[in-house]
Amino acid sequence: MSAIVEEHSHHTAPKGLKRWLFTTNHKDIGTLYLLFSLTMFLIGGAMAMVIRAELFQPGLQLVDPHFFNQMTTVHGLIMVFGAVMPAFTGLANWMIPMMIGAPDMALPRMNNWSFWILPFAFAILLMSLFLEGGGPAFGWTFYAPLSTTYSNDNTAFFVFAIHIMGISSIMGAINVIVTIVNLRAPGMTWMKLPLFVWTWLITAFLLIAVMPVLAGAVTMVLTDKFFGTSFFDAAGGGDPVMFQHIFWFFGHPEVYIMILPAFGIISTIVPAFSRKKLFGYASMVYATASIALLSFVVWAHHMFTTGMPLAGELFFMYATMLISVPTGVKVFNWVATMWRGAISFEVPMLFAIAFIVLFTIGGFSGLMLAITPADFQYHDTYFVVAHFHYVLVTGAVFSIMAAAYYWLPKWTGHMFDIKLAKFHFWLSLVSVNVLFFPMHFVGLAGMPRRIPDYALQFADFNAIISIGGFAFGLSQLLFVAVVYKCIKGGEQAPGKVWDGAEGLEWKVPSPAPYHTFSTPPEIK
Amino acid sequence: MKICRLVVAFIAMLIAIPSLANSAYNMRQGVTDISHQVYELHMTIFLICCVIGVIVFGIMFWALIKHRKSKGVVAAQFHESTKVEILWTAIPFLILIGMAIPATKTLIAMEDTSKADLTIKVTGSQWKWHYEYMGHDVEFYSLLSTPKDEISDLKEKNENYLLEVDKHLVIPTDRKVRFLMTSDDVIHSWWVPDFAVKKDANPGFINEAWTKVNDEGIYRGQCAELCGKDHGFMPVVVEAVSPDKFDTWLNDAKAEKAKAEAESQAVAQQTLSKEELMEVGEQTYMAYCAACHQPTGLGLPGVFPAMKGSKVVTGDIKAHIDILLLGRPGTAMQSFAKQLTIKQIAGVITYKRNSWGNDTGDVIQPSQIQREIDALEEGK
Ligand code: HEM
Ligand SMILES: [Cu+2]
Repeated sequence: MSAIVEEHSHHTAPKGLKRWLFTTNHKDIGTLYLLFSLTMFLIGGAMAMVIRAELFQPGLQLVDPHFFNQMTTVHGLIMVFGAVMPAFTGLANWMIPMMIGAPDMALPRMNNWSFWILPFAFAILLMSLFLEGGGPAFGWTFYAPLSTTYSNDNTAFFVFAIHIMGISSIMGAINVIVTIVNLRAPGMTWMKLPLFVWTWLITAFLLIAVMPVLAGAVTMVLTDKFFGTSFFDAAGGGDPVMFQHIFWFFGHPEVYIMILPAFGIISTIVPAFSRKKLFGYASMVYATASIALLSFVVWAHHMFTTGMPLAGELFFMYATMLISVPTGVKVFNWVATMWRGAISFEVPMLFAIAFIVLFTIGGFSGLMLAITPADFQYHDTYFVVAHFHYVLVTGAVFSIMAAAYYWLPKWTGHMFDIKLAKFHFWLSLVSVNVLFFPMHFVGLAGMPRRIPDYALQFADFNAIISIGGFAFGLSQLLFVAVVYKCIKGGEQAPGKVWDGAEGLEWKVPSPAPYHTFSTPPEIK
Repeated sequence: MKICRLVVAFIAMLIAIPSLANSAYNMRQGVTDISHQVYELHMTIFLICCVIGVIVFGIMFWALIKHRKSKGVVAAQFHESTKVEILWTAIPFLILIGMAIPATKTLIAMEDTSKADLTIKVTGSQWKWHYEYMGHDVEFYSLLSTPKDEISDLKEKNENYLLEVDKHLVIPTDRKVRFLMTSDDVIHSWWVPDFAVKKDANPGFINEAWTKVNDEGIYRGQCAELCGKDHGFMPVVVEAVSPDKFDTWLNDAKAEKAKAEAESQAVAQQTLSKEELMEVGEQTYMAYCAACHQPTGLGLPGVFPAMKGSKVVTGDIKAHIDILLLGRPGTAMQSFAKQLTIKQIAGVITYKRNSWGNDTGDVIQPSQIQREIDALEEGK
């Protein structure tokens, strides 16, 4: 207790390991989340390098198929739950209180917990790779009965790890909602909220709605495997396809959980560097809300080949086509924001522009995948892999990098090395397309996903993809270098780092003091 | 106007792509009416996306070039227009309706499995396909035939590397062939790109699909749903032949089956030498068992048990035979009673009991396997 009292009286951060372990400060916790996410991004990336090395040429050279499957599975799990989601939670922690003029998150102790259980979850997941029989090898989608009857006993660790990740996400989401609803500074009305706050609020509701569904799915996997239930086993009256319905009822909203905050970031950065207000603020809010609602009724577009009845296939085809309309509205709004602005190309803006183009390409392939008869051909090929990497890497991950460059000076008080950052951007931009664009071609030509070896007609493209992969992977080390240098030092950043930037976070000095808005700011 | 010309040129270029069909980078047009329709849908939606992309990105890059701060422009102030918002919600919506209509038509046709001329039951199991010609008493397994040495880079890879099997699925052209898909273990997915047929094989359930092939030929596909370790190694090869040739083939297959049964009965009366059994056993082991239990007999610790020093393999012979015949329910160990002949089973058991230091000296005769099969039948 006395430590907390002291902390409050001094208004500075305590020192050492204890500061980080016991912190309830939203900025510290935000930093922890972001650094954790970066670490996971590198570990998950290393696994992707193993995958691409094996696929560099036909034949099995480096790893056996069982290990290959573990790599694709754990790569997917780590990138989704360890890299992208914690990065957004970190950004939420850092920015939401500052954006709405709140002194901190509403539930700071829970905040500490929701971060600190994460490293344990991932330690368990990674540790299972080293046990006899290896870690999960059934894909990040863990379809039953491959993950139940036909997996090894280490599946229990996977289930436990997912449970912890889910609890962490739910706690984080509750915190975001309570903070936004209760701690807005006087005068910060709903329709004045920055879009990043809006998108995160909606995301948090999605999280609370679907993470328990994921928890249910892994629990049923656990009891089917170890306790004799037959949820997904026809022999006991269950149904393996039901697993997919449950999983994708979580899974599709989940993909929007990973993109809505990104929409918020892009809607913040594009106006700042166009020096013009966001076009159609209200319609952006409504589009986000309708995407979130629609995301609950499209899940079975991942399951067109499972043998659904015709009526079901038609419904999910139409619903999926429909969801691309509000997604399109977002893109149109960003373009209209830029139109007749006074545009400049600082590093965050470069990433934002790349996001708009490349995410839209991912949206186009999504629209193609929605056409059920064509999806029969695309499904479970590299075409799908191309689709979701365009929306997730050049979408979610690029938006996270845009956000990091946008706010790094605010966080550290130093300007980052612009030359190095631009170098990082251009290398990433070129290599990411060399990496993911040809995946469309091999997918259309018929290469299934999740295979460790392939027929000869796919060889040329796979070699190119792997080269792009190594280049993209290495380029990210530049990002680490920029962040490291920026934390260590650099030119002093002013309070308002970017001349066109709007928002409360630019009204405090850089670096943002340990406690901000202890008294609420005035909102015009 | 320059932009218009560019758009036209771009579209012309894209329309030229169909001539590259069956190329290494586009969807196959395939050899059925349905696959052609699917290809058309794919190209149409692709073109729509391209046109929208050219327009939207065109406008964006125009703004990026013309409305740069460095050119001294001052930002405009507008930030709202209900009219525009309605317009760019309505237009995509209409385009999508235009797209949904042909897609619905094709989908309805694809799902109509009625009035089939021939029904084939397709069963997936780790990691092979089983085909059964319903009502014709013909059935067989179809396994990857690419040599291990090609996979491990010891030998040069042949043209059909990983897309070749020991026995093709033979179907007639110009006939509606219905497939019933199911699985013995995990979910697999049977996919032949040239037919635009991809359907999951779910354990305990039956899915339907159909095709009507226009051209004779050999068509290759793969399992599309992750089904465990050797998911990448269970191709589908279909040979479409004229109905006449198909009838001949079917009769031959029936005759062959009768012959095999007679042989098997004959074998049940014979006593084979240990050498012969060991030879058959080794071949069988490498083709059917080694995928999991490994050629070294060491298995994969924690995943697939080792045969070397195994209690079952070095213990009671009857228990050993039973596991091969019945499988181990609830594990990846399947029943081999249907897949292997009694000679193969006798061989593989003899082989396992006398390899990798398992020197039990046991020699198991086909007759013993037959007796065990009969006993199990009676027990049922
Ligand atoms: C225009 C909007 C979108 C549409 C119409 C769309 C449509 C689809 C469809 C139909 C599939 C299933 C493909 C198949 O397996 O055959 C799919 C897969 C996927 N999509 Fe999207 N999508 C859209 C946007 C997004 C976004 C924004 C994200 C994430 C940020 C996303 C992430 C994914 C992922 C991760 C998968 C594959 C999951 C897996 O099988 O492992 N999609 N999408
Ligand atoms: Cu989805």
